[in-house]
Amino acid sequence: MKLFQKLLAAGMALTMLLAMTACGGSKGTLVMATNATFPPYEFIEDGKIVGIDAEMAAAIAEKLNMTLEIEDVEFGSIVGGVASGKYDIGVAGMTVDPDRLESVNFSESYATGVQVVIVKEDSAIQSLDDLEGKKIGVQQDTTGDIYSTDDFGEENIVRYNKGADAVQALVSDKIDCVIIDNEPAKSFVQNNAGLKILDSEYAVEDYAIAIAKDNDELLKKVNDALAELKAEGKLQEIIDKYIPAE
Amino acid sequence: MAEYWQDLQNQFRLNFIDDDRWQWIVRGLGSTIVITFFALILGVVIGVVIASIRSTYDKNLETYKLRGGIVYPIMRVFNAICNIYLTIVRGTPVVVQLLIAYFIIFASSRNGIMVAVIAFGINSGAYVAEILRGGIMSIDHGQFEAGRSLGFNYLQTMRFIVIPQVFKNVLPSLCNEFITLLKETSIAGYVGIVDLTKAGDLIRGRTFSPFMPLIAVALIYLVIVLILTRLVHRLERRLRSNER
Repeated sequence: MKLFQKLLAAGMALTMLLAMTACGGSKGTLVMATNATFPPYEFIEDGKIVGIDAEMAAAIAEKLNMTLEIEDVEFGSIVGGVASGKYDIGVAGMTVDPDRLESVNFSESYATGVQVVIVKEDSAIQSLDDLEGKKIGVQQDTTGDIYSTDDFGEENIVRYNKGADAVQALVSDKIDCVIIDNEPAKSFVQNNAGLKILDSEYAVEDYAIAIAKDNDELLKKVNDALAELKAEGKLQEIIDKYIPAE
Repeated sequence: MAEYWQDLQNQFRLNFIDDDRWQWIVRGLGSTIVITFFALILGVVIGVVIASIRSTYDKNLETYKLRGGIVYPIMRVFNAICNIYLTIVRGTPVVVQLLIAYFIIFASSRNGIMVAVIAFGINSGAYVAEILRGGIMSIDHGQFEAGRSLGFNYLQTMRFIVIPQVFKNVLPSLCNEFITLLKETSIAGYVGIVDLTKAGDLIRGRTFSPFMPLIAVALIYLVIVLILTRLVHRLERRLRSNER
């Protein structure tokens, strides 16, 4: 019975939304900024940007009756671009953090991210306590970069434009470890022999969609759409498609 | 207006004062200057060597052929090696060369700045070589003949008659190449080095306000180039004092 009520509510909200946008006339575009080097959240397959974020954004755009357009940009340019109105939404496995909140608003969280440490299998680093004074590779401007710069000092951090570059540098011993999100970390470890992920997690955080501060209308719409997707189980479906349950 | 100034001040504080972010710019500037300086030296050394081989070969081709013996094939091999180097370096983008140097050739090196110096030096060397060779070939052949008929050998002719004129002629092109090199180092961030551009990028990635860091970085490059141009200009004027 409960499920039926939920579905009914979702259905009603959807019709209302559709009616609202229908009044607006032509179908608008929803421009999403991302950095497609972050599997499984966003990556390029057969020349197209796919992943959890891309599919979720497509589902949201469908609910808003808009056409989704994805722009692939540097990770560090996403928040600035969304704040200035260049892009409507920033969806890039992005964590809500106080610095970013000064420039943009964030939707409700849609997934939980975990920052982990990748090391070589024979590495001297066994736990987070061993990281002091080691060379740490990160993807520039990610929370892994920001947190570890605070924790371990500027001189120990080597920043790469892509997570994959950091992992390559780790493989050739240029750095001692890589701090990066758990999901891309898993695929990196799978694709490079001799690497492992430390058992202890470096940080736990919430992923959300960035939206310009002055665009409260869109924020509300996106939050509503997200709530519906959650209620319908569609969000979990998308996540499960890319992250098989362990 | 007052509001605008207030906003600018806030922006400035956010981008440079808060969290001591200006230190990034200072450190980045340091790396940029170090990389440019040593790459410049390496480039000039490589350039001089390559240009000497290539122009000696071009100038003396006929003599070598006439004399026969071992010198001709040896010079041909050297010349061919130089040509391959020039083709590869000038035929591929410097970003790709830097990435190859960092991830393949010097895969085990942990010193990113050194790898960048070598990559940029090798790259710049090719351009310097061709500038110098062009300079040498542009000197009228009569100058060589005059030198030789005065009793100088080939090296002496080069040293006392040709090179001084070449230096004066190639100075503007060399200055151009140095400016290009300075600006090309802005891609060092690709391999995790915090140079001036990357420093601005890092600030931008943390404050999410693009204006201040980008303009500051651009201004610093501009000032360095202005200083460099001024110095070369002064040198050129000095060298010209004996004309007329």
